[in-house]
Amino acid sequence: MNTTIVSLVSMGSLAALFALGLAMAGRIFAVETDPKIDAIEEVLPGVNCGGCGFAGCRAFAEAVASGEAPTNGCPVGGATVAQMVAAVLGVDAVAPVRKVAQVLCQGGNAEAKQKGTYDGPVDCRIAHATQGGDKACSYGCLGYGSCVKACAFDAMYMNENGLPVVIEENCTACGKCVEACPRDIIILVPEDQGVHIRCRSLDTGRKVRQVCSVGCIACQRCVKVCPTGAIYMEDNLARINYDKCTNCRECVAVCPMKTIDWQDGKPLVLEKAAVS
Amino acid sequence: MSLFLLFLSALLVNNFVLVRFLGICPFMGVSKEVDSAIGMGMATTFVMVVASAATWLIERFILEPFGLPFLQTMSFILVIASLVQLVEMFLHKTSPALYKAMGIFLPLITTNCAILGLAIMSVQNAYTFIQAVVFALGGGLGFTLALVLLAGIREELRFADIPEPLLGAPIAFICAGLLSLAFSGFAGLI
Repeated sequence: MNTTIVSLVSMGSLAALFALGLAMAGRIFAVETDPKIDAIEEVLPGVNCGGCGFAGCRAFAEAVASGEAPTNGCPVGGATVAQMVAAVLGVDAVAPVRKVAQVLCQGGNAEAKQKGTYDGPVDCRIAHATQGGDKACSYGCLGYGSCVKACAFDAMYMNENGLPVVIEENCTACGKCVEACPRDIIILVPEDQGVHIRCRSLDTGRKVRQVCSVGCIACQRCVKVCPTGAIYMEDNLARINYDKCTNCRECVAVCPMKTIDWQDGKPLVLEKAAVS
Repeated sequence: MSLFLLFLSALLVNNFVLVRFLGICPFMGVSKEVDSAIGMGMATTFVMVVASAATWLIERFILEPFGLPFLQTMSFILVIASLVQLVEMFLHKTSPALYKAMGIFLPLITTNCAILGLAIMSVQNAYTFIQAVVFALGGGLGFTLALVLLAGIREELRFADIPEPLLGAPIAFICAGLLSLAFSGFAGLI
């Protein structure tokens, strides 16, 4: 009888102690949803494109509300949405630097040599996995338009030369095309940058000459001529540091392969096709 | 036995998962990604250390003086369950991503036999308070180590060319077995 009472009392008081502790912890660690999150989500575009780097508009709204993401983090909404988000939070709006997608390959049907024929599904990723498609260059655009299909904003089309073209006015820098491209030839660049090295080939100059008439042959002339040191060589490829580039176009003039181009509002890939 | 030897013994020589075969459920369940494996390991280690301290106190100041050894399992489970609740609340608040990644295995720490086993082993071996805590820390880190090792291997397995019948769980079990075999190499360490 005595044991029963002692057991009951000791276990009962232990349980009561833990219950009290948990009740207090429940208060301290209570997960509240911030009403601001709903308000922010309301003003976002709601396409859930993931261009901000978060898993959808809701996740972005949560991040903004907790201060982890900037109010101008939505690349799709741009300045308008940034202002509305800032208004919800009661802070000053900062206009985001608008970025646009750039296609770093000019090796269309006219410039790049074929190594065979590809009869598989019209999809770049499948072509890339199947012997790398039909072009001889293993770094360039495959030309099956997976990026165009991925674009939800009608900001890309395939030209008659088999290359994707970005319509900069429509581009929201959501990054879907960047993800879709199995060869990583699309990047997002601030829109005020006009000089682009449109080649991703890591092959030696000799090899590049054999497979493409507009590829980077690693001659280093652009590196030498660049007054700000924005261009550097890495793995047989000239690369540009957009932070240093001043759009002076010295490199555009010296590039023997016309790999580097100056884009001034119009899709240059079309002109290149006409030239060759 | 010095504390360091005790720690090393719990960590490697008598690793809870790979040598004593305790806590296999989360070992197979939460070892798909290194990140969640680390989170699970840390949560379990925390529960182990605090539970070990709490159960030592209960054993020493409640069960022994009042002659209630038959309540050991029940009172220990009570402590562990409460602690797991606490950890769950804490994680939900501080790291929702980790909370989601661990899913059902988080509340299942309650029934993780490694924790109850550790608490009972501490009592059986008549450890002092400090020894019990060090034993728990070693055991918890050993659990984390086993989890992270297997998670690392399973992340690589995704890209490996595995025969079709062995895809998924079978190959993971084979790897776990090999890991366990490798850990038997520590047997002569102490």
